[in-house]
Amino acid sequence: MNPADRSTGQDTGVQRADASAAAAADAHSPLKPIPWKLHLAVLAVAVAFPFVFPSNFMVNFGVLALFYAFIGQSWNISGGFAGQLSFGHVAFFGVGAYASTIVQMRLGWSPWLGLPVAALAGALIGGVIAVLSFRAGLKGSYFALITLAFAEVLRIVSNSISITGGGMGMLIPMKIGAANLQFAERIGFYFLILALAAGSIALAEWLRRSRFGAQLAAIRENEDSARALGINVFAEKVKVMLISGAIGGVGGSFFAQYFLYIDPLIAFGVDKSIEMLLVSMIGGAGTVYGPLVGAVLLALVSDVTRTLTQIQGLSLVLYGGLLVVIIAFLPNGLLDLFSRKRGARRKKP
Amino acid sequence: MDATIIGAAAINGLLLGGIYTLVASGLTLIYGVLHIINFAHGSLLMLAMFGVYYLLTLLGIDPYLSIFIMVPAMFALGYLLYKGLIGRLSSGKDENILLVTLGLSILIENLALMFFKGDSRTILVSYSDTMVEVGPAFVPLPKLISFGVAMALCAALGLFMQRTDIGRAIRAVAKERVGARLVGIDVDQIFAISYGIGLATLGAAACLMMPIFYVSPTVGHVFVLVAFTVVVLGGMGSFLGAVVGGLIIGLTESFGGLFLGESMGQIGISLIFILILLFRPSGLFGSKT
Repeated sequence: MNPADRSTGQDTGVQRADASAAAAADAHSPLKPIPWKLHLAVLAVAVAFPFVFPSNFMVNFGVLALFYAFIGQSWNISGGFAGQLSFGHVAFFGVGAYASTIVQMRLGWSPWLGLPVAALAGALIGGVIAVLSFRAGLKGSYFALITLAFAEVLRIVSNSISITGGGMGMLIPMKIGAANLQFAERIGFYFLILALAAGSIALAEWLRRSRFGAQLAAIRENEDSARALGINVFAEKVKVMLISGAIGGVGGSFFAQYFLYIDPLIAFGVDKSIEMLLVSMIGGAGTVYGPLVGAVLLALVSDVTRTLTQIQGLSLVLYGGLLVVIIAFLPNGLLDLFSRKRGARRKKP
Repeated sequence: MDATIIGAAAINGLLLGGIYTLVASGLTLIYGVLHIINFAHGSLLMLAMFGVYYLLTLLGIDPYLSIFIMVPAMFALGYLLYKGLIGRLSSGKDENILLVTLGLSILIENLALMFFKGDSRTILVSYSDTMVEVGPAFVPLPKLISFGVAMALCAALGLFMQRTDIGRAIRAVAKERVGARLVGIDVDQIFAISYGIGLATLGAAACLMMPIFYVSPTVGHVFVLVAFTVVVLGGMGSFLGAVVGGLIIGLTESFGGLFLGESMGQIGISLIFILILLFRPSGLFGSKT
């Protein structure tokens, strides 16, 4: 769970060679190893947070921020690391939410089992979308649009069949108990989502250093050259969508358990696709901590605007504006501000 | 099933398709010339519909007369939007443009939510409930008008592209940017004009739709996927494709609702979109890419 354990610079020469190949392809890619102290510090802050701010409001804030960081990482792994822009990532989230709720409600399984079931369901749908779309050679904007259409198909289907409860959705009965994945205190949810988010960050950190990650970076920068280098572009892209789908699915399962309710619009609405994309684009797509930074900012902006004003939609106005500004001036996200500064400082003698 | 019901559904579908055609023709023009997928199309249509709504409720201007205000206004908005924002960023990857138009649509939609609030509004005009007999069906007069005007506007747009100097310049830029620049066409100006015309069609569509549709800040969602489906089905950049695609999609929606019920009926459009992208991405009339 702790990403710091593996970040002490023990990569092999081969991995380094791969990484520098990707570096040649992408001058902006943050290749400097993230110091393990930073990983530890972030984790320490996250663990301490609910003890420093124990109020329900603040713990809820933490849960939502980590939740968005988690599902944002799902988008980031395929959209940021592999460059496969998606507008329909909510498909994984929704399928996971429904899969775990259905096995719990209709088959009587423990919701803890629902988490791996959701991961499998998300990976499955990710694999299906990937195989169909990449087989047809869709990329760039076309891939983004077809994912949107897949999510829409799933929304309509879940709205029309009976096993999902149709348009009424599904209400999970309240039965408090850790064995039932319903914690009496919010802090229980907090540490569950913290573990999941930390796991996703560890995965991203592994991706960044691994041969697989370097291959994804090569695909992102130029598919044809990646193919020329002997990378099996199709297989790698499918693999990354399986991983991304699994994370999204688990996110959906967590969401359903936290709010004890799921319906077609929550599960497959375009809003969540956009939020997944926004948090990682704004924080920094293709970076390890981008989704976390973006998610904390999103949670802050939406809480602050909701507390200070009654104006509906203000937080997303700020967020949409931020997206435009970021693409115009900081295409690598907010984290780029820091790496640029550090890079600039280093150049000075 | 009764033949009259099927006939009525067909007529309703075609009438609906006329509007889709008009919305999609702007999208296909923008794509054909600028190679931009304008994700903000739906929210800009919503903005235009609110324009028509307030022109009627505040100034008492009939929606059909508003065409003469909304078309130039939306053209100006598109022209300025391109000059000020989209054009500056369009040198990068096409994904970035898609993201900018996405950001723009989030911005517009939520600004609308701030100023107009979330509820849906409709307008009432004297001819709202007038019914006309068309073959086996009775259809509301505004639907018939919208279809006729939409088709006339599409034809006018087609003529404009074929016969005028600006139309020729736009087609030249769409075909060969560098060559167009070499013969002295101000390519950047043509881009801005094309984006303006693309949005002007939305201004016209909004005027035709307000008497038959509702408007809310999220109404654009309804049209985004539909408009993209029409464009992809007809072939990106093809006007004839937009017309045929629009009518097919209108019929699909109408028959989908008839045979599969209201909820499941919407699935046809998304399925067509997916199948076309997977198996014939150049669409019915598009050139192979």
